[in-house]
Amino acid sequence: MAEDAGGYITHHLTNLTYGKHPEDGWGFADTAEKAAEMGFWSIHVDSIAWSVGLGVVFCLVFRSAAKRATAGVPGGLQNAVEIIVDFIDDTVSSIFQHRNDIIAPMALTIFVWVFLMNLMDLVPVDWIPKLASVLGVEYMKIVPSTDPNVTLGMSFTVFFLIIYYSIKVKGVGGFFKELLCHPFPWYLFPVNFLLETVTLLAKPISLGLRLYGNLFAGEMIFILIALLYGGIVLSFAGGVLQWGWAVFHVLVITLQAFVFAVLTVIYLAQAHDTSEEH
Amino acid sequence: MSWVTMIGQSIAFFIFVWFCWKFIWPFLIGAMRERQQTIADGLEAASKAQRDLEHAEARAEEILNEARAEARGIVDDARGQAAQMVDNARADAESERERILKAAQADVAQEVNRAKESLRGEVADLAVLGAERILEASIDRERHDALLDRVAAEL
Repeated sequence: MAEDAGGYITHHLTNLTYGKHPEDGWGFADTAEKAAEMGFWSIHVDSIAWSVGLGVVFCLVFRSAAKRATAGVPGGLQNAVEIIVDFIDDTVSSIFQHRNDIIAPMALTIFVWVFLMNLMDLVPVDWIPKLASVLGVEYMKIVPSTDPNVTLGMSFTVFFLIIYYSIKVKGVGGFFKELLCHPFPWYLFPVNFLLETVTLLAKPISLGLRLYGNLFAGEMIFILIALLYGGIVLSFAGGVLQWGWAVFHVLVITLQAFVFAVLTVIYLAQAHDTSEEH
Repeated sequence: MSWVTMIGQSIAFFIFVWFCWKFIWPFLIGAMRERQQTIADGLEAASKAQRDLEHAEARAEEILNEARAEARGIVDDARGQAAQMVDNARADAESERERILKAAQADVAQEVNRAKESLRGEVADLAVLGAERILEASIDRERHDALLDRVAAEL
């Protein structure tokens, strides 16, 4: 049973990986070991496909609401979308005081997109992998935000934007002055540089790992509970536990999506801050 | 770790944010702002109408009060004039009565005087006549004195 359970968990945690295997050449990895051996230059096809697919869902749904948006009496979809937009707009305008048109749409995109990715966590863990294996696809991990590559990909994009806006607002000199003459006087610049660089790098890493960690842990619990299935009593208990965890997880996925969006806005607001009061 | 997945996710991130920025956000937020403006305008118009109504009501009340006061004034004036007219008429009638009375009295006095004059003349004639008659008859001094006295007293 232990071997079986281990295999089950490993299977659920392995991405559908495409890449160049040192021995087998280009192709999909058919075992977790081979996937790991493909190294950095492989691609997690399932993560990218689900994440892009959900992004497209977001774009289509919100675009159709935007196209039909009316200042008159809003319809059902527009109402739902407006609640989210209003919520994001309020949040952003209370955090971000500078002029930048792209911050609020970015926060909306992050919030809804990450929420949709997290939402995949609520799909019972075996449904889609089973369906995929019936269709001949060996591995299928449907929650992109349980893939650290996805979350870190997003958070390093945010990191790039932090640096971009820091330099855009303060100039290259200003940006390095902040790195070197802060928090101690300028003659301690090596210490300052070390501290500020760590601070700077901690932002994207914590941002990406927080989302990944929360969702990965949640997914893990679902998988572990799924191990209970077998026999009437255990299956029933497992079902109840899954349901209970899913209810709790609804909170987690929404909160994590919100946290990611809000932290992005906060970091970008800091990047726009020219005064050095912190 | 998989660089390609990270980079792919990063590119997707940029594309979705750009799409949202260009094609989603402005339309939704625009519609919402416009609706907010419409509602704010509506509320403003409603409160303005309310204020106007209050003004109009106050103005109407004022006009009504003025009209009431004016009407009262007119009635008072009319009443005063009427009283004045009645008084004047009474005074006129009074003086007319005086005048007519005086004229009548004067007439009467005149008539009386005229009558007296004519009577006096007639009496004188009668006296003369009587005297002639008496003189013609015999003169009984004493009797005639009495007679004459009586005549004189009758005058």
